[in-house]
Amino acid sequence: MRRARVQLALGLAALAAACTALAQERAIPPGELKSGSAFLGSDLRALQNDDFANPGMLWVERGEKLWSEPAGKERLACAGCHKDRSMRGVAAHYPRIDPASGKLLDLESRINRCRSERMRAEPLRYESEELLALTAYLARQSLGLPIAARIDGAARPHFEAGRASYHLRRGQMNLSCAHCHDAQWGKRLLSETISQGHPNAYPAYRMEWQTMGSLQRRMRACLSGIRAEMLPYGSQEYLDLELFLAWRAQGLSIETPGVRR
Amino acid sequence: MAARIQIPREAKRGEVIEVRILIQHPMETGYRHDDVGHLIKRNVIKVLSCRYNGVEVFRADLSSGISANPYVQFYTVAEGSGDLEFTWIDDEGERGSERQSIVVKG
Repeated sequence: MRRARVQLALGLAALAAACTALAQERAIPPGELKSGSAFLGSDLRALQNDDFANPGMLWVERGEKLWSEPAGKERLACAGCHKDRSMRGVAAHYPRIDPASGKLLDLESRINRCRSERMRAEPLRYESEELLALTAYLARQSLGLPIAARIDGAARPHFEAGRASYHLRRGQMNLSCAHCHDAQWGKRLLSETISQGHPNAYPAYRMEWQTMGSLQRRMRACLSGIRAEMLPYGSQEYLDLELFLAWRAQGLSIETPGVRR
Repeated sequence: MAARIQIPREAKRGEVIEVRILIQHPMETGYRHDDVGHLIKRNVIKVLSCRYNGVEVFRADLSSGISANPYVQFYTVAEGSGDLEFTWIDDEGERGSERQSIVVKG
């Protein structure tokens, strides 16, 4: 009995220590979190908030149509399984562990897994119009909800890998993500203001691209900027990084489709 | 080519109404090169026109300086119930059209 009590006390102490450690890990405290839209000019912010003129809404509308279009050998549509079920809140919990396979999935890979397993359809290519449209449509339904990705259990190793990846110096410039987005946000880099690097507006319409792009495309743009090697779309390192970014942005509301410079 | 149109569903006769259209189009400038160095052919929406119950109320000649997925906004006077019909054509000859109806009272 006494031993159990000691163990319990030790356990509680360990838990408290873990909680403190977790709180200290945050380079940007929750009260100082700023969405990428806070670093935009007023014109782009207005464009993002205009439900009609926001060009990303073209993809959201397309996604809504695709949602009920049958596909694959099963001739099944997304709406065929997700009957009368609102997908509101779903995107806020991604990336997450797929209970069936134990693998970490982001929204894009979740859509493709449904396609291959339930619809028996070809997976959609990353950055294809269809995948961007479906992802944007799903994420749009969580508009205004706080990001709430979980990092416990099977997600933990992915979170740790993502954190290591975030802090890894890379490329000819020898910079990690943290050097800009934790240490220098709010400062100028040529004509741009460095943002905190949050994922809450993706897929987003980027002026530089003149089109819609996924979070992975945005991460590749950063990697190219620091002259580092870009990994192939869908690679595990991106998924882990996406989970770490989601945890970093916990509490920020979803803005998809965001408009960015 | 997908497009979105926004006009008021209802208006009073003689009222000035705001008309907005957003068209999905790459508006390829003709100045860009692909991954192997070949010039990408210019393909932009050349002409965008709007007819209100058959009468042209707006026409724009767009060019390569206009961004992808062009957004156009203008004003017209609500004169009678009916349709606003947009048509456009790009350099490759592809045409698009979209219409929306309005009810005019009074």
